[in-house]
Amino acid sequence: MSLNKETTAAGVVAQLRDGMTIGIGGWGPRRKPMSLVREILRSDLKDLTIVGYGGADMGMLCAAGKVKKLIYGFVSLDFIPLEPFFRKAREAGGVEAMELDEGLLHWGLRAAAMRLPFLPTRTGLATDLVTVNPDLRTVRSPYDDGETLLAMPALNLDVALLHVHRADRLGNTRLYAPDPFFDEWFARAAERSYVSCETLVDRLDSDEADARCNPFERSLVAGVVEARGGAHPTSNVATGGADGSGYGWDAAHLKRYCAAAEEDGGWQRYAEEFLGADETAYQQAVGGLDHIVSLPRQVF
Amino acid sequence: MATTEFSLAELLICACADVWREEGEVLATGIGIIPRLAQGLAKLSHSPELMITDGEAYLTEEPVTLGARNHDGRSYAGWMPYSRVFDALWRGRRHALVGPVQVDRWGQANIACIGDYARPKRQLLGLRGFPGNSINHANSFFVPNHSRRAFVEGEVDVVCSVGYRKDRWPEGVRSDLMRIHRIVTNLCVMDFGGRSADSEHAIRVISLHPGVSFDEVQAATGFELQRADDIAETAHPTEAQLEIIRRLDPKDLRARQLKDNPPGIRVAGSAA
Repeated sequence: MSLNKETTAAGVVAQLRDGMTIGIGGWGPRRKPMSLVREILRSDLKDLTIVGYGGADMGMLCAAGKVKKLIYGFVSLDFIPLEPFFRKAREAGGVEAMELDEGLLHWGLRAAAMRLPFLPTRTGLATDLVTVNPDLRTVRSPYDDGETLLAMPALNLDVALLHVHRADRLGNTRLYAPDPFFDEWFARAAERSYVSCETLVDRLDSDEADARCNPFERSLVAGVVEARGGAHPTSNVATGGADGSGYGWDAAHLKRYCAAAEEDGGWQRYAEEFLGADETAYQQAVGGLDHIVSLPRQVF
Repeated sequence: MATTEFSLAELLICACADVWREEGEVLATGIGIIPRLAQGLAKLSHSPELMITDGEAYLTEEPVTLGARNHDGRSYAGWMPYSRVFDALWRGRRHALVGPVQVDRWGQANIACIGDYARPKRQLLGLRGFPGNSINHANSFFVPNHSRRAFVEGEVDVVCSVGYRKDRWPEGVRSDLMRIHRIVTNLCVMDFGGRSADSEHAIRVISLHPGVSFDEVQAATGFELQRADDIAETAHPTEAQLEIIRRLDPKDLRARQLKDNPPGIRVAGSAA
């Protein structure tokens, strides 16, 4: 087969446009496609709508002025409950916010995945979720129950950015994470998905058990980028497969990043110190690839 | 047998564990150190049928030890990634013990922000899972700082979880799937079993922690509380309960959860 979807972070960002709606996989400080996010930070892109279970990805994009609107279930670093640059952006009134229940966000992605205008749910009714999102509407069940339900609109994405453990040049992927989160639904909700991975191979030819770690089929994948350590400073734990145990999040680095939010001009200094011209420069600035991939997994 | 030597944190862990008594085979989710220890205690004492996770993505029949340095010795009974948590909770098979920042007289709770949503005075966690949790399954609250700032006079700044305020419920919305079970605070345990002229779910005090008076609880609450007919002193931890707590928390993380780690039986004359 002659399919070859390999590209680079710069190649992915070259496909993005101002004003796009971009979904980002992972969850808080876990398995974020940060090398792709960093390439957006280095770009001139602006007015983006970012959708996801946010962590430092959303915080950094807000800090760098890339964001017009956030659609999120939360924006958190877990051990630091509130993402500080997100908090600053919200308290400054600098970004539009569509704040959703975590489950409702996934419901909107599912609606988009099925090309439906909405999916019904009870989630959000009788709370201020419907007050702070005045565009949300209800429907009445057409059956005898006549129940009033929230019609969660489809969250259609122009692009999804995801990070997995392995991929091949055809776009086949493997995810060995304890929790796949909702990456599948970001991929299905998007026109195009770009996937970064720890290891890229020509072709994945594995046994049945390993093939079950394929989170979504390759027709959903428009491009694959090899990015060993690319989730840093978020974690990329593996509980199987050929890539060992993966790595934990970099708590020290995330604390340094959060401290920057308390300083005037803190983001600029953080970006100058760490962001660099490319991923190689970034990894050198944060202590090297060996340091990243040997960060111990967090224990809960 | 009750013992006399215990901390307030340990008393609260035992009171919190009780929220899952007779709840059946549900997913018990305690958020934070004290609620998490409570879910483990509940499972290892009165409610072995509860399902609990390792704090990440797996179900375990043996509650994990807090503060462990690695995953050695852990064993798993099942898998509970977030997608499955949503599946379970939308079906109602869960009881969460959560820590709201504000609670009002209707049991509506806020963790999203203080002030105006469009430009909050203080952004908090956001809505997180509160809307979906609260309309689908039983919830209890853990509020370790019982005060008028936590138990507000009017309505909470952002209604994140549903409560018993009727005019918040549009016509045709099912309210029979929700239930707020208990509120455990540093002063008392409350439920929603009170009756008043305008409520069938008024908040009432069912037990007071050792050395705490009803008047003190009322003074620290922004709305009128009911007093249960059979109001009692909150049960002291037994030696068996304390042994389980020590086993689940060998590094004594519980001692760092409440300011100055106060004793469980309040010394006369000390302030709340």
